[in-house]
Amino acid sequence: MSILVTPQTKILVQGITGSFGARHTQLSLAYGSQVVAGVTPGKGGQLFENRVPIFDTVAEAARATGATVSAIFVPPPFAADAILEAVDADLDLAVCITEGIPVNDMVKVKRAMQGRRTRLIGPNCPGLVTPGTGVDSHGGCRIGIAPGYIHKAGHIGVVSRSGTLTYEAVWQLTSRGVGQSTCVGIGGDPVNGTSHLDIIKLFNDDPETHGIIMIGEIGGSAEEEAAEWIKLHCKKPVAGFIAGATAPPGRRMGHAGAIVSGGKGTAAAKIAAFREAGIGIAVTPSEMADTLLKMM
Amino acid sequence: MNIHEYQAKQLLAQYGVAVPAGDVCATAEDARTIAEKIFAQGGKLVVVKSQIHAGGRGKGTFKSGFQGGVKLCKTAADVFEKATAMLGQVLVTKQTGPEGRLVSKLLVADAPAIKKELYLAVLLDRATSRPLVMVSTEGGVDIEEVAAHTPEKIVKETIDPAVGMMPYQARKLAAALGLKGDLINPAVKLLLGVYKTWWECDASMVEINPLCIITGADGKESLMAVDAKVGMDDNALYRHKNIQEMRDLAEEAPLEIEASKFNLNYIKLDGNIACLVNGAGLAMATMDIIQHFGGNPANFLDVGGGASREQVTAAFKIILSDPNVKGILVNIFGGIMDCNVIATGIVAAVRETGLQLPLVVRLEGNNVQAGKTTLKESGLTIISGDSMADAAQRVVKAVG
Repeated sequence: MSILVTPQTKILVQGITGSFGARHTQLSLAYGSQVVAGVTPGKGGQLFENRVPIFDTVAEAARATGATVSAIFVPPPFAADAILEAVDADLDLAVCITEGIPVNDMVKVKRAMQGRRTRLIGPNCPGLVTPGTGVDSHGGCRIGIAPGYIHKAGHIGVVSRSGTLTYEAVWQLTSRGVGQSTCVGIGGDPVNGTSHLDIIKLFNDDPETHGIIMIGEIGGSAEEEAAEWIKLHCKKPVAGFIAGATAPPGRRMGHAGAIVSGGKGTAAAKIAAFREAGIGIAVTPSEMADTLLKMM
Repeated sequence: MNIHEYQAKQLLAQYGVAVPAGDVCATAEDARTIAEKIFAQGGKLVVVKSQIHAGGRGKGTFKSGFQGGVKLCKTAADVFEKATAMLGQVLVTKQTGPEGRLVSKLLVADAPAIKKELYLAVLLDRATSRPLVMVSTEGGVDIEEVAAHTPEKIVKETIDPAVGMMPYQARKLAAALGLKGDLINPAVKLLLGVYKTWWECDASMVEINPLCIITGADGKESLMAVDAKVGMDDNALYRHKNIQEMRDLAEEAPLEIEASKFNLNYIKLDGNIACLVNGAGLAMATMDIIQHFGGNPANFLDVGGGASREQVTAAFKIILSDPNVKGILVNIFGGIMDCNVIATGIVAAVRETGLQLPLVVRLEGNNVQAGKTTLKESGLTIISGDSMADAAQRVVKAVG
């Protein structure tokens, strides 16, 4: 029915008392997600919104509440430490929303995570949503900052580096009455925890996911690697869109990872790789849902 | 953020990397003084290098007609003459675009006798999420050409960030560069120093091209970073006060500086349809869809996830400062952000700026009906777009 998280998943929030973390925790609670704990060092013993217990450490929070997933809203200078604290507590999943983490901090984090059981999503990502079956997909699992109400429970998997483009694709699906299994924003940084390919493999193995929308953008070669695998192994229809065809080379387009450098990471190369792999190409971002639905 | 060559060499020198003796200056008199010092210390040739954030300086042309942004001189008088011709002039290179860059600083340095030019760079390998040190015996030329035609001449060493670059890795690279005998140990020191500069300064890239084997007056060979290019990871600048001070605002587009004051991510392009979008991916996609329907985007502009009314007004002012702009497309997917707040911001901005150009707005998401009503009841001529495709087609048509 979904990948990575289900409506029953117990979530803890690192940085729950910061304004950003607090706002989105409220929204997740309102969506019906199981936010069971918060972590803010020094505020252990207090309650968030009179209902969610706050702890000083992730380990304590996980032990006391059974939380298996962390949403991280910690400011950039402290985010690497926060991620590794979640890893140290052996959580299943850490979802880091924070934008602006130094690249070298993430290089160290990825190295330190080798051989550990925790999966990282992000950083600089909108998080993930497994929609619920209530009104406006209420009762789902919302981790991060995506708007919950645009979703609808169903069978399409969405994976993207961009937040608002993910919402765009999800909304196109929902507006056509087509629901989603899980929607994952993997983030726009050059070093991230989970790649397009990792998510595609999970969707491929999930019996409840029947089709996939993969949204990429200029920079790096993660889309090409995913396309290569899809060509050989993916059993499900995949439609794709690549943003940044008009981006000038050598300029970072908002996301730290969205840059064409040394002639590498162009939209043209990624679109060619998609085509070669039999991925349906959405010529404009308005056609992401329709491109997939035509293939199904 | 990029820094100048002279600043890059200052950083490298702090990590024990050998660079030619020299200094930076802003007047021809100072250029002469630096040159006199180099000649007095036994230098035979002095190079005068324009300091701009763009490559191709040597083959560039000044708008004054003077050829070459990098000049070799045999006398201090010649240095004075060349410096006079370069300072205060606009240099056009293959990387600056036709508008060129004003040269206000020169690096005046010893030009040692070069026996061989090599290549060295440190960068992030996105595929492995690890640092990568790259060398080639083919220095002094465009490395992309080498990569395209003779990739076997590029040798790479991946660094484990847990331990950093190890001396044995530097020795492997030195061997790959064909260095032998007395050059091995200095090469190891230099390679480790360049890596350390990259890592400790949070650089996004350090490129030494050329890295030179030079022959001293005594006939002894040594290694030196004759040119250097360093880019910084903007996310890490907060922890490097000394590097923040190296920012040269004259090298940045004025509108981009203005945008950064409001936390707006703006990049100017050549087209005539401006766009204002929330989210980097959607902003890129909006540029793409404008072009798809036959228009030309004038900019990339991401107002971020929580745009305020002040930000929207600032964004409009920045967009309208570009004289090429003939129409505006606002594309907002208000997931959490209230569409009505955005609509109110748009109305205020249009009133405040007295906007005369066609404006197409596509709003979707949270509280969208209230937002659309606000736009409609404003009495302003705002064209509403239903989908991204519809909005893009409307703005392209309006601009004509």
